[in-house]
Amino acid sequence: MSSMSPADTSTGSEPRPPARRALSGLSINIRQSGIYIAFALIVVLFSVLTDGALLQPQNISNIIVQNSYILILAIGMILIIIAGHIDLSVGSVVAVTGAIAAVLMVAYGVPWPVALLVTLVAGGLIGAWQGFWIAYFGIPSFIVTLAGMLLFRALTLTVLGNQGIGPFPEAVRTMSNGFTGSYLGNVALGPLGGADLFSLLVCVLAIAGMAATQWRARAARAGYGQDVDPLPVFILKLAGAAALILAVVVQLARFKNLPWVLVLLAFLVLGYSVLANRSVFGRRIYSVGGNLQAAVLSGIKAKSVVFWIFVNMGVLAAMAGVIFAGRLNQAGPTAGGSFELDAIAAAFIGGAAVQGGVGKVVGAITGGLIMGVINNGMSLIGSPSERVMLVKGIVLLAAVAFDVWTKRRAGAATS
Amino acid sequence: MTDPILRMRGITKTFPGVKALQDVNLSVRRGEIHAICGENGAGKSTLMKVLSGVYPHGSHEGETVFDGEPCRFGGIRDSENAGIVIIHQELALCPQLSIAENIFLGNERASRGLIDWNRTNHEAAGLMRRVGLRESPVTQVADIGVGKQQLVEIAKALSKEVRLLILDEPTAALNDEDSAHLLDLLRGLRHEGITCVIISHKLNEIIAIADSITILRDGRTIDTLDMTGGGVTEDQIISGMVGRDLEHRFPPHEPQIGEEVLRIEDWTVHSPAQPDRKVVSGAHLSLRKGEIVGLAGLMGAGRTELAMSVFGRAYGVNISGRIYKYGEQIEIRTVQDAIRHGLAYATEDRKRYGLNLIEDIRRNVSAAGLGKLGRRGWVNENEEYQVAEGFRKSMNIKAPSVLSVVGKLSGGNQQKVVLSKWIFTDPDVLILDEPTRGIDVGAKYEIYTIINRLADEGKAVLVISSELPELLGVCDRIYTLAAGRVTGELLRRDATQERLMHHMTMGQE
Repeated sequence: MSSMSPADTSTGSEPRPPARRALSGLSINIRQSGIYIAFALIVVLFSVLTDGALLQPQNISNIIVQNSYILILAIGMILIIIAGHIDLSVGSVVAVTGAIAAVLMVAYGVPWPVALLVTLVAGGLIGAWQGFWIAYFGIPSFIVTLAGMLLFRALTLTVLGNQGIGPFPEAVRTMSNGFTGSYLGNVALGPLGGADLFSLLVCVLAIAGMAATQWRARAARAGYGQDVDPLPVFILKLAGAAALILAVVVQLARFKNLPWVLVLLAFLVLGYSVLANRSVFGRRIYSVGGNLQAAVLSGIKAKSVVFWIFVNMGVLAAMAGVIFAGRLNQAGPTAGGSFELDAIAAAFIGGAAVQGGVGKVVGAITGGLIMGVINNGMSLIGSPSERVMLVKGIVLLAAVAFDVWTKRRAGAATS
Repeated sequence: MTDPILRMRGITKTFPGVKALQDVNLSVRRGEIHAICGENGAGKSTLMKVLSGVYPHGSHEGETVFDGEPCRFGGIRDSENAGIVIIHQELALCPQLSIAENIFLGNERASRGLIDWNRTNHEAAGLMRRVGLRESPVTQVADIGVGKQQLVEIAKALSKEVRLLILDEPTAALNDEDSAHLLDLLRGLRHEGITCVIISHKLNEIIAIADSITILRDGRTIDTLDMTGGGVTEDQIISGMVGRDLEHRFPPHEPQIGEEVLRIEDWTVHSPAQPDRKVVSGAHLSLRKGEIVGLAGLMGAGRTELAMSVFGRAYGVNISGRIYKYGEQIEIRTVQDAIRHGLAYATEDRKRYGLNLIEDIRRNVSAAGLGKLGRRGWVNENEEYQVAEGFRKSMNIKAPSVLSVVGKLSGGNQQKVVLSKWIFTDPDVLILDEPTRGIDVGAKYEIYTIINRLADEGKAVLVISSELPELLGVCDRIYTLAAGRVTGELLRRDATQERLMHHMTMGQE
């Protein structure tokens, strides 16, 4: 900024005093990890308020299964919000794709894998329809998807009439609502009782994979002369993450093993995080949202980027649609009502910026889980639904206000 | 010697970690034009924000006395009530409102809550006459040029019965004609007894108009020069600003010119807003290896339009003409084509068109050449970091690390990031549109050095600039553009400011 003193900026080539560097590193960390700290605090709060019921095996499983479709939507939504757009139609797309799947599987008896594939393609086409108007025709996404919200709800009602279609094939119900089998039997975990060995093994393998990947990445970064966390900090962080995952999985293994949607979600989160951070396409989403004109003048096909993220949103909405319908075991005309708002709220609570260009997949998932825990925790202590809504509204406002406030504070330091 | 209308003493303003102003003194005489000079980051804008109450009383040390009264402004409103009006570099007008509405914005001519339109437009017309703005008061601000918008701002200031008018870089976006008009207007206001404080990078203007100059450097007052006697030179001011004698504002360069890289023939571009108007018409240009070619032209001559239309038709409609690279005709239909054919265009407006200000240096540097950083659609982030780090060192980008957010860098360092981004695409032809606009003298020298280095590496460089001394100091050959036509081509040794200006004004009337 113009008023920044040259004395400050000219220190670029020299290392900054270590004390100050550590301090600024810490403050950046607080801002970036504020959402995770908030999540931890909320979990602790409701654990206390519910006398530990929140963390009971069955309840953890419930939170995951009940929020899975919102989390899937949030993954697509965060990409759209990073690109500087919005999608209000996802709730209706969930309904219409659920209806398509139901008609195919139940009414026409199409084998479920084929029906699932067709539904996902249908979701992609819906996304392409909206992406076309937004990217190539230049209509604001708010308008296009508001229209889509009505259009696809209308389509759902046309297909279903006023009643639901069900029941779904066993496989679909298992995917939405079921658990991995007890393939290897149980092991005794002392005072915790018996737990599923297969789930624990999967967990240990996942943790080992995570540790190996992180270790290799750290070594590579150090090899390129970049700053990396000191070894004790690195190990501490890794151990913390491993302990958290292990704790959740142990609880799940004590109940009914791993929900299939959790397995699906794990792959989606991993895949989309890598896509957002490391793929050329993902990085272009950030460029387009950060400064559209600069992106275009850097040779980025902004229209195509926007088009494809809406296609992607359509596919993910279709996936959520099938899972939601499979969970209820019927596709209903009112399915997915206000899901778009939950997904959007998850993205913003998770640190997305209203102007676009900022956001993380893991952040959106955390945002979704914060709302899920609030929902669940408050219903455990018997709060009426209006109070749940009130708290969720305040949390959304507070999260964005915190983000704006930290940004302003960071800006005031330099302007 | 008249008494001072404004006296600021011992102003110190601290931001977390940065002392923006340190014991700054400023004394402005009644009825004079007082210029404030300094490099970017010297504290000029901060000082003006302290004066106008943007930084309220109590957020800084020191005292301000305006017209004999100590000032304790809590905000802009207070300073305006006292008769101090600041006009910022980025104009604060509502483009969809009329000139009259803008003039009385926040200060509406109303009775009993209803706007008196007759009075509004009548009084606006009077103020517009005073500033020499010949437009209807009901014209939308969006429909008039930047020069006239500046006049609207001044009319707005006059409507508030301004006694001290502060102008922050008022001519930065204006062409020479509009600038000259504005400077005349300031002289007229001085005649009416209005005191002006003007912040400007354009030293020739300051010398032409200012009665005294205060030079700031690194947040301190360096000197106050009295200009009424004459005899102060640009070099004197510059050495005060940079704290060193800048004998050579341009690094020496011995060009190694090779074969022709790019030739543009019969290039015609129409305006997207008025498709029947030619913005560029029948232009011919030729760029050679290792050569730095200048493109001079007044505002509206079509320089940026020419460059952007060549760069993948990023501007204009109904574009016709031929482009040859190494003698072979090529087709460039999109920006992707242009980059693939080894073209790079660094924009004149880096904040709007050049950078993703919320991202760090690393990701801005890689934005245009991301495909080179990995395979099959995946980015190697370590390599990306290394590339950015390499540019940070070789371009001397002053930032703690490549993870610093670009929006917080100074103009000169931002420009270096833009250049790094394009150099990373390994172009054969670089088009640099106003590469030193809004950056300080020291950083300019660095940019010139980079331009020379690029030419020495065998690239063809086209420099578009409004500053003729810059073109004369840097370029080997200069084209002039007037009303969309190439009107001249001069070698450096034949070119003078007067000759360039002669060609640039050809066929203007």
